[in-house]
Amino acid sequence: MYHPTVARLTYRGLLGRRRAAILFVLPVLLVAISAAVRLFNGADDQVAADLLGGFALATMVPLIGVIAGTGAIGPEIDDGSIVYLLAKPVKRPTIIFTKLIVAIGVTMVFSAVPTLIAGLVLNGNGQQVAVAYTVAALVASIAYSALFLLFGTVSRHAVVFGLVYVLVWESLFGSIISGARTLSVQQWALAVADKVTQGEGLVSSDVSLPVAAVLLAVVTVAATWFAGWKLRTLTLAGEE
Amino acid sequence: MSAETQIHNIGYRKYDGPRLGRAYARRSLYVQSLRGAYGLGRSAKSKVLPMILFGIMCALALIVVAVAVIAKSETLLIDYTRYAIVMQLVIALYVASQAPQSVSRDLRFRSVPLYFSRPIERGDYVLAKYGAMASALFILTASPLLILYVGSLLAKMDFGDQTKGFGQGLVSVALLSLLFGGIGLVLAALTPRRGFGVAAVIAALFISYGAVVTVQAIAWSTDNLQAVTWLGLFSPITLIDGVQTAFLGASTSFPGEAGPGAGAGTVYLLVVLALIAGSYAVLMRRYRKVGL
Repeated sequence: MYHPTVARLTYRGLLGRRRAAILFVLPVLLVAISAAVRLFNGADDQVAADLLGGFALATMVPLIGVIAGTGAIGPEIDDGSIVYLLAKPVKRPTIIFTKLIVAIGVTMVFSAVPTLIAGLVLNGNGQQVAVAYTVAALVASIAYSALFLLFGTVSRHAVVFGLVYVLVWESLFGSIISGARTLSVQQWALAVADKVTQGEGLVSSDVSLPVAAVLLAVVTVAATWFAGWKLRTLTLAGEE
Repeated sequence: MSAETQIHNIGYRKYDGPRLGRAYARRSLYVQSLRGAYGLGRSAKSKVLPMILFGIMCALALIVVAVAVIAKSETLLIDYTRYAIVMQLVIALYVASQAPQSVSRDLRFRSVPLYFSRPIERGDYVLAKYGAMASALFILTASPLLILYVGSLLAKMDFGDQTKGFGQGLVSVALLSLLFGGIGLVLAALTPRRGFGVAAVIAALFISYGAVVTVQAIAWSTDNLQAVTWLGLFSPITLIDGVQTAFLGASTSFPGEAGPGAGAGTVYLLVVLALIAGSYAVLMRRYRKVGL
């Protein structure tokens, strides 16, 4: 299922040249803000939880997921070079699966590691806040990568749709309509994190753990399967 | 050989019609880019997103007007200067989707050298693209203000007050259009890949806002109002918020009403102008050597 050459090409496509810059900027920003807050405000568990929940998990993780997930396949479809890959005797689901692994890896490295560092800087993992949000970021990375990889195979405007999902559905509707939170990767990840920290009150989710786990698994598997199916029937459209 | 000998005359003729020149080419590029920013003259698919975003911008204004007319209220539910701040997500999504459309495709398909084989210069290209992007954004942000203004007059609100507010709102969205358009085009012009351009623009316009608001809230909770004021310098929308709070009679959205006064407001205005001039300069530099 895993194809090393495809993985190497995807990895180079994601982190080659200037593209890696934006992936570096966001984590650096997070750590810088955390350091500034710690310096001016001192260690405070509630502030740490707010910052990690509001900025790291709500905006940074999904944004990096969008970039890595759609970036793993979108540009290749966009410029048509995917045909050279599809013409090789490699199964389409293998291509998708490999690209998913790379996307998950990149998202995890660029979102979970800085979250952990920021958490340690903010309050030295007091009340397990840093570990909880790191776990949430790891879990969310998997689902986001699968979801946005699917977007990348389905649409040429995958990045825009990914951003609309993250910013409008999860952030905007999620804060206004509580029902929208049930269908939000962020809340599922928080449910898992809640369990890991034994529910000390700083991390909470609107979704119960079994529901979250099932939905996470279903979304990841279904999105990957559908992306593989989509790639099998891919038609290359010209530029509009 | 006689003088009349020729292999074959296939009748090529010289063009001796009018040459429309540089200004015409620049104007055409401006008009085409502006139409392209709303998907006009392009496929139906590429009209969908800009038109939806434009519709959302106007729909909310219509709702506000309808409420004001039915309730016969004395003031609008939302200030003219406040509208763009509230709708910033829509504006950011618009810039993120349309700025890369405008410049990334020219870079990726190497059509920039073709533009420069016409009698336009580098400055003309940058000016036309920047002008078109800023104009498209101005249309997006000023149309709902116009709806609000007309609606407020229909609801028989005070003419003087409303005209003043409308004027202030227009100045504010004009600044916002130039600022957002500049940032969007610079980031889009740096990458020929559209997807990365979209993500970079959103990160610069919206994520920076999220970061600033988070830190402002923390500074406010520790009663550090001075810091709240200066932190607004670090994201485009809070810059606009600061400028209009200081000079255009807007109420700030900063926590604790800690918007900048006239002194800090001058710094805000200078930063905005520097960013606009800076993005123009970066674009000029970007297109000094391109596509060859």
